[in-house]
Amino acid sequence: MIFLKLILTNLRRHRIRSSISIAGIAFSVAAMLTVVTVLQGAIGMFSGILSSDSEIIVFERNVSDLFFSNVPVTAARDIAGWPIVLHADPVLFGIVSSADHPIITCFGVTPADARIRKATWLQGDHATFAQHADDVVLGERAAEFLTARLGSQVQIGHRNFHVIGVLKTANGFEDGGVFMPLSAAQDFFHKEGSSVITIKLRNKDDATEFKNLVKKNYPNLIGLEDSEFTQSYSQFKILKATAWAVGGCGLLLGGLGVANTMIMSVFTRIREIAIVRVNGFSDAQVAAMIFGESAVVSVLGALAGLTVGTCFLYALKLIPALHGYVDVAIEPWVVLIVIALALITGIAGALYPAFYAMRIRAVEALRFE
Amino acid sequence: MKTVVSAQDVWKSYDAGAIAVLKGVNFAATEGQTVALCGPSGCGKSTLLHLLGGLDQPDRGLVHVNDVEISRNRGALRLLRHEVGFVFQLHNLIPDLTLQENCLIPSFAAGTDRTEALARLWHLAARTGVSHRLDQRIQKLSGGERQRTALCRALMNKPRILLADEPTGSLDEETSGTVFQLLLDVVATEGVTLVMATHDRGLAQRCDRVVEMRDGRIHEPGSG
Repeated sequence: MIFLKLILTNLRRHRIRSSISIAGIAFSVAAMLTVVTVLQGAIGMFSGILSSDSEIIVFERNVSDLFFSNVPVTAARDIAGWPIVLHADPVLFGIVSSADHPIITCFGVTPADARIRKATWLQGDHATFAQHADDVVLGERAAEFLTARLGSQVQIGHRNFHVIGVLKTANGFEDGGVFMPLSAAQDFFHKEGSSVITIKLRNKDDATEFKNLVKKNYPNLIGLEDSEFTQSYSQFKILKATAWAVGGCGLLLGGLGVANTMIMSVFTRIREIAIVRVNGFSDAQVAAMIFGESAVVSVLGALAGLTVGTCFLYALKLIPALHGYVDVAIEPWVVLIVIALALITGIAGALYPAFYAMRIRAVEALRFE
Repeated sequence: MKTVVSAQDVWKSYDAGAIAVLKGVNFAATEGQTVALCGPSGCGKSTLLHLLGGLDQPDRGLVHVNDVEISRNRGALRLLRHEVGFVFQLHNLIPDLTLQENCLIPSFAAGTDRTEALARLWHLAARTGVSHRLDQRIQKLSGGERQRTALCRALMNKPRILLADEPTGSLDEETSGTVFQLLLDVVATEGVTLVMATHDRGLAQRCDRVVEMRDGRIHEPGSG
């Protein structure tokens, strides 16, 4: 109780300095939470596209990006015929632009593909898909920004397409995307195969056998289970590393703020530290007092940062242009890591001040006015 | 009577030996004794008190507290939390804390159970006449009350030795007399050895023993 009072008293004594330090940590935490959550959400959405009604993804080995992957049509047909496979759906990914929208994701799919088969058709009918090469189905948000509806003509890239349906999906990428028949997409993007084949097995336990079969029959291809893909895909790794690096830089700045605050705190209470020393405080107790003060700043900063970050994420979600792309699903482990990092930052920031405080000689400090 | 605190041939200087403060001091105080260290400013009274309480280390010589050599034994300093209490001229209380909170600091440092510590505090507060001020912040206390608070705090861990450096130096004459009498009464009741540095000859004469210090040496029959 006395210990806590000693810590809080000093924070209260220098309210503005403490508040600035807490704000520094809070903004760092908010930045980290926002960046990490947005990117986790984006990764989750992209994974969701691939894992729609499937367990395994087959793509070209050693490609840096799935957009560059080319899986031969023959491979898709062959794999679909394997006894352990329930269905194999080739998907071709492409990026195109329209007059006002520089990036629109295109999905070249077969009529059997779960992405359009299981989606909610707001306009049009699934049975009409892939009857003509210039037919496209738009995601709901794509229909909004392209101001198109059933029967409209839309310009995508240099070609005009006929809208035969509008889909509603829970996935931001799909919702803002354009679905076209696989053959039309191959023609449009000048590709002979597909980007990936998504695989649904008859029995999930056959995943290892399936991957071995792919390795044996198609050495240039690789089959990965959804979770393996999310963890190993280089683009995801880069995104995650970037997110944590950006957040880490933010926290480092916050930590420097804490260090500055704690150094000032020690310098302005040398006499007080001497008093507690004369009254029996050990080195460890003096250090704990400084670390405790820093921990309080860090925890308050982390809590404020989590609140601000969450509000900011909800605000981002409300922006029409980002609709569907921001998923405010803050993972508990992200919260724990962010709090732990804030604490570590605070404690690291208090290392030198604590060391300095431990070395204060009571006799000399008591003469200090 | 058993010796509870002693210094043997203790030397202390500052500024890398440029300022010699103690020059081979020998001193001892026995259980329950009240000793006044008198002498002009700069003669080494406070320095000797700091060495006896383990707040500073001598350049040479030995300091014993209850038969434990403390001048070279950093681990022994932990023992001093229970053995030694300090009262300073400037009360050295933390102004943002209440009287009670200030007094509980030594108990917290020593790991004393809070209930036990509170009982001890209430006893000492009643004894020193500050019971009614326990929840007051230090800023609201008078000079006399602050010094009584400092006395309570010094005695919280039931020390066997109380080291007082001009304990009434910042008080007016009347309050000084009252607080000093209280100090003598409390140390007598508690059976504490008091070693006090003072300029006030009148107060010093009320102690069991007066030790004169001059130029870093003790001038007392039988001492060095």
